Amino acid sequence: MSYISPTKIDEALEVLSRGSGKIIAGGTDVYPSAQLGQHPDFYMDVTRIDGLKRISVSKDIVHFGSAVTWTDIINADLGSAFDALKATAREVGSVQIQNAATLAGNVCNASPAADGVPPLLALDASVELASRAQGSRLLPLAEFITGVRSTVLRRDEMVVGLQVPVPPSTMTSAFEKLGSRRYLVISICMTAVNLVLDQDNRITDARIAVGACSAVAQRLPALEASVIGQRPADVEIKPEFLAPLTPINDVRGAAAYRYDVVQEQCRRAIMQAASR
Amino acid sequence: MNKPFFSQQIAFELNTQPARADATPGQRLSELLRENLGARDVKIGCDAGDCGACTVLLDGQPVCACLTAAHQVEGRSVETLAGLYRAEEKAKRLADSFQNHGAAQCGICTPGMMVSAIALLRNNDAPTEDEVKDALGGVLCRCTGYRKIIDAVVGAPAIAHDGDGSVGTSIRRLDGQCKVDGTEAFGDDVAPVGCLEIFVIRSPFARASFTFENLASFADATGVEAVLTADDIAGRNIFGVIPQFMDQPVFAEAETRFRGEAVAAVVATSEFMSTFDPRSFPVTWTEMPATQNIHDAQKDGAVQLHHGRDGNVMCGGFVTCGDAQAGLSAASKTVEGHFKSGFVEHGYIEPEAGFAQIVNGRVEVHACTQAPVMDLDSLQIILGLDRSQIRIVPTAVGGGFGSKLDISVQPYLALAALKTGKPVRICYSRTESMQSSTKRHPSDIRLKIGADAEGRITGFDFYGEFDTGAYASWGPTVANRVPVHASGPYAISNYRAESKGIHTHNPPAGAFRGFGVPQSAIAQESLFDDLARKLGIDPLEFRIINALEDGVPTVCGQVFDQGVGITACLKALRPAWQSETAAAKAFNETSTTIKRGVGIAAGWYGCGNTSLPNPSTIKSGVRPDGRVVLYQGAMDIGQGANTVITQIFATALGVPADSISRIGADTDVTPDAGKTSASRQTYVSGNAARLSGEALRRLILERMNVARDAELTFGDGEIVATDAEGEHRFDLSKLACDDERLVLRAEETYDPPTRPLDENGQGAPYAQFGYAAHLVVVDVDTAMGTVKPTKFVAAHDVGRAINPMMVEGQVHGGIAQGLGMALMEEYVPGRTENLHDYLIPTIGDIPPIETIIIEEPDAHGPYGAKGLGEHVLIPTAPAILNAINAATGVRITRVPATPSLVRTEIRKAQR
Repeated sequence: MSYISPTKIDEALEVLSRGSGKIIAGGTDVYPSAQLGQHPDFYMDVTRIDGLKRISVSKDIVHFGSAVTWTDIINADLGSAFDALKATAREVGSVQIQNAATLAGNVCNASPAADGVPPLLALDASVELASRAQGSRLLPLAEFITGVRSTVLRRDEMVVGLQVPVPPSTMTSAFEKLGSRRYLVISICMTAVNLVLDQDNRITDARIAVGACSAVAQRLPALEASVIGQRPADVEIKPEFLAPLTPINDVRGAAAYRYDVVQEQCRRAIMQAASR
Repeated sequence: MNKPFFSQQIAFELNTQPARADATPGQRLSELLRENLGARDVKIGCDAGDCGACTVLLDGQPVCACLTAAHQVEGRSVETLAGLYRAEEKAKRLADSFQNHGAAQCGICTPGMMVSAIALLRNNDAPTEDEVKDALGGVLCRCTGYRKIIDAVVGAPAIAHDGDGSVGTSIRRLDGQCKVDGTEAFGDDVAPVGCLEIFVIRSPFARASFTFENLASFADATGVEAVLTADDIAGRNIFGVIPQFMDQPVFAEAETRFRGEAVAAVVATSEFMSTFDPRSFPVTWTEMPATQNIHDAQKDGAVQLHHGRDGNVMCGGFVTCGDAQAGLSAASKTVEGHFKSGFVEHGYIEPEAGFAQIVNGRVEVHACTQAPVMDLDSLQIILGLDRSQIRIVPTAVGGGFGSKLDISVQPYLALAALKTGKPVRICYSRTESMQSSTKRHPSDIRLKIGADAEGRITGFDFYGEFDTGAYASWGPTVANRVPVHASGPYAISNYRAESKGIHTHNPPAGAFRGFGVPQSAIAQESLFDDLARKLGIDPLEFRIINALEDGVPTVCGQVFDQGVGITACLKALRPAWQSETAAAKAFNETSTTIKRGVGIAAGWYGCGNTSLPNPSTIKSGVRPDGRVVLYQGAMDIGQGANTVITQIFATALGVPADSISRIGADTDVTPDAGKTSASRQTYVSGNAARLSGEALRRLILERMNVARDAELTFGDGEIVATDAEGEHRFDLSKLACDDERLVLRAEETYDPPTRPLDENGQGAPYAQFGYAAHLVVVDVDTAMGTVKPTKFVAAHDVGRAINPMMVEGQVHGGIAQGLGMALMEEYVPGRTENLHDYLIPTIGDIPPIETIIIEEPDAHGPYGAKGLGEHVLIPTAPAILNAINAATGVRITRVPATPSLVRTEIRKAQR
C-alpha cells in the first residue's frame, strides 16, 4: 500500500489504471467511512495536481477543479446565481470541514444528504470525468449520481472538475437547510433555488432542487414549470409538484415530516432568491 | 491479508520548527503528530471530524487533523496549541482570557477551541459573537455551554480576579493553566511511546451466543502478544457499582446481553494494530432474539436477563405519604399525562482511555475516572489480587457526567499488563465508547396531579418505569432517587411515587447528571403548567404557592428547619417572567409562522448518597520547608473540585488558596474522597477539606500558643503567626518528618448525616438539597417544527457560592445538556453510535444565559454551600417543553422534541 500525490493529471490517470485505489482530497468522507484493517491498494491524493484547485470563468463555462474546497467557493468572486452555492459552502459541516472538503468529493460521496448537490443541480452543473483508457467525458450531475452512495465513476476514472454554464447575470439564488442543530449537522432536507425575474417581478426561469428527500437529490420540473410567469409571493407549492420525492423515515425525521416541510422550504427559498 | 505498507518520510514545519516523520499510507495527521512527534496537545475525540478537538492550523487554516492525511502536510506548516502558546502573543492573551472566564472546564476541547479562535483572531481583532460562533462551530464542548468560551474569545471583561481565593471569590481554576497551554494529560496522553495496545472484541448484536476458535493458534499465527477472555480472569468475572447488584462481566461468557459487550481483547504492538482487521478474529456469532424495550421485557415468557430478577424487574423504589388517591378525588382540577424519554449519551469529548504498567510487581492503572477508589475495589475483585497490589492513578478527565463512575478500560489494562508484564494502553474509539458506556435511563412515566381551587396540590400519583439495560450499573440508584425527587421541590401531603428498573438487551443505563430526576421532572413540571392553566393561575405563582419551605415536610417526611431556597429561586424569576411573557405576547400578535413562548420549571436534588454512608477524607499537612500540602483525592472532571476544595481548605486554614500545594488523586497517596457524583464533592469533600483546614490551623495555633485569630504565613522553613501580641515564629526544621515528609498533619473525614428510608420511603435521605428554577424563551418555527431557545434565566440556590464563576460554569453546562436532552439527543443502539448521527448542542445552539445565584445557607454545607452539579440540568428540559407549549399550545410529552416531532404535533393540533 502506498500514498501517491501526483502533480499532473496524466500521472494521476496512470496511477488509477493500476488497480483498486482510493482517491483522497479533503479526507472528510474518506476517513469517517474507513473501516479498521481494511485498506485500499493505494491512496491517490488529487490536491497537488496542477490546476485542480482552480476556479476559472470563461465566456460560457464556470469551471471548478476537483480539488476546489468549500472555502475556495466562499472566497471566490462569482455572480448572484452562485449565492446559493456560497450559502451551502458556509453550511457544510464547520470551518474545519469547509477548509478541507471539496465540491467534487461531496458529489462523488453521493450521500442523499450531500449539501452540495441541490445547488449544483440548480446551476445545471455537469461532471467532468477522465480515465486513461477512455479519455474524458462530461455528464450532467443528475446522471452522474445513480443512487445512495453510488455514481457512474469507474474504478480507473476520476472527477477532474465540475462545469456550470455561465448563468444569466440577472439570475439570483438561495439555499435553505433544515437541521436539528446549528453547525456540523446532516440536513433533514435542503432546497436550492435559482431564479430569473422580469421587470414585472414575474419568474421567467426557475430551477428548484431538493435534497435528502430521495435517494439522490433532484430537480422538481413540475414545480419549476408551474412558477413561470408567477410573482414569487403568489407561488403555490401543490403536493403533486413534489411527487418525485420519496422521503424516508430515519433518525433525523419522519418521511411525512420531510414531505410536509419541504413544501415550506421551497416557498422560503423562492422568496429568498427573489428578494436578492 | 495485510498489504505491505510503503512508509515515506515527510518533511514539514511543526510549530515553526522543521519536522520529519515516517508516515504510513493513509495515516491520519492526528496520529502522526501525537505518536510520531509527541504533540499530544492535539486531542482525538471522534476520528470523524465531528468534534473538532484535533483542530490544528494547516498553512494557517483550521482543519481536523483526524481527517487530514499525514502526507498532505509535506512542505506545509502545521501549528498546534502548544506551539501557538509558546510563540504567539495572541495565544497567550487568549489563554489568559479562557482562564479569566472559566472557558476551560475539563479542557479536552480547549485545544480545538483555542486553535480555531486563534485563526479567527489573527484576521479579526474584535470579532462579533456571530463571527466567533462561525469560527468555533466545528468544535464540540460538553462542559461549558459555550457562553464562557464566546466571552473569552470576544475579550469580554474578566470574571475571575486576583485575590486570596477565600470562599466566595471567583479565582481562576487552580489547575487551569495546563488546560489552556496544551500540556494537560488525559487518559490517552500518558502512555509511553511504543507501548502495547489493546483492542476489545465486541458483540455486533444485542444478544448473541458465540464460540471462539483456537485462540492460541490465532495468537501464534498473528504474533499478537496476548488474547484475553473470561478465562484470563483470576478473580471474579464480575463488576458493578452497587455491591448487591454486581452483575456485569468483564468479558461475556457464552452469551452477550447488549450490542457492544466485550467478549475478548487482543493485546499487540501498534504496528500490528494498524493493519488488524477485527473480522479476522476467530469468533463465531449466532444472533439471538433480543428484548429491546421494557414492555416486551415484562411480558410472560420474555427472556430473563438475570436470575432472581423476575419479570426482568431489577428493583423498584417507593415513597408515599398521606393518601394520594383521596387527595386526587378531593381535587378541584386534575391533570394527567404519559411521558417518555430515550437513551441519552454522556457525550464527553474524551473517549475512555488509559495505560497500565507493572511496577515492583504491582499493577498501576492510569486512566480517566470519576471514582478511583471504586476502580480499585472493582479490580481487587476481578484480578483476585490483594488491594495492596493495585494502584489507581487517575489522569485528567475529559468529561464524565456520571458515566466514568463505572469501570471501562481499567480491567482490560490491568489484565493485559499482568498477562504480558509490559506497559499497555487503550483508547476507545468514539463508536466503542458510545456502544459500551452507560446511558441515561429511558423513561416511561404516568403521572396524575390534582389541586384545589386555590391552587394547592391535593394529590400526586406517579408511576415510572426505567429501561436499565442489560446490567444494573446505577439503575438501583435511579430507582431509589426518582420517587424521593418526583414531587419536585414542593410541599405535597398526599403523595405516591413508584419506580421500577427493567432489564432489556440494551446498553446498561447508569448514572447521568441527575440520576433519573431530569426524566421525572419533565413529567411533573409539564403537568404543573397544565394544572396551573386549568386552574387559571399563573404558572410561576402556582409553583410559589406550592413551594417547599423551611419547617414543612418533604414527601419523605423530612423537615428542614433551614436552607430551603426554592421560593427564593422562583421569586427571582418573577421580573423576567413578567417582562418576557409580555414581550412574547406582543411578538406573537404580529408574527404568524414564528411563535414565541416563555417557559419555567423548577427542580431540586439531594446531595450525596441516598440514606447511605458517603464519607470523604481529606488530608493536609506542612512540609519542613513551610509549604502547605493538600491531599485532594476528589476527582476534578472539569467541574472545579480542585479549585473549590482548595478554596475551602485555604479559607479554613487562613491562607491564600494559591499558596497551597495540591496533590491530586492517587490511591497510593490520597485518602478516599469518594466518587465524583451526586453533587457531593463541594458539600462532602468540601466539608472534609474544611475540617482538615480547621484541624491543621488548630494544631498550629496550639503548638505556637498564639491567639485564635492569629494570621498565619508559611514559608522558608517556618510558620509566622501574627496576633495582637505581635509576631511569633515556629521553626519547622526542628520537627520530625513523618513518612510522607510532613511535620504537621491533619486528616479529617466528613459523612453527611442521613437516616434510612422505611418501607414507605419515609426518613431523611439527604442532609441537604439544592434548589433551582429556570426560565427560557423560545422561538418555534411552526412551519418547520424547529425550536430555538433565545434566552435563559437560571436561579440556583447554592447555599454559598464558593467560586461564583464556577457556579456559572456549572449552570451553563447543565443548561446545554438539558437543552440537548430536550431538543436533539437520543441514543439508538446500532444507529446513532457516532457524533454526527447523535447530536449534542454546538456553540450555535446555546443562547445567552443569565445566572442568578441565590445563597440560602445550609447548616451542613461548608460555609453554607450546597451541591450543584446535577441541579443545573433538571429544570432545563421541562422549561423548554413548557415554552413550546406557551408558544404553540402543543404539549410535547416525549423528548427529544425534534423538529419532526414538534411539527407533527403542531399539525395534529391544527386538524
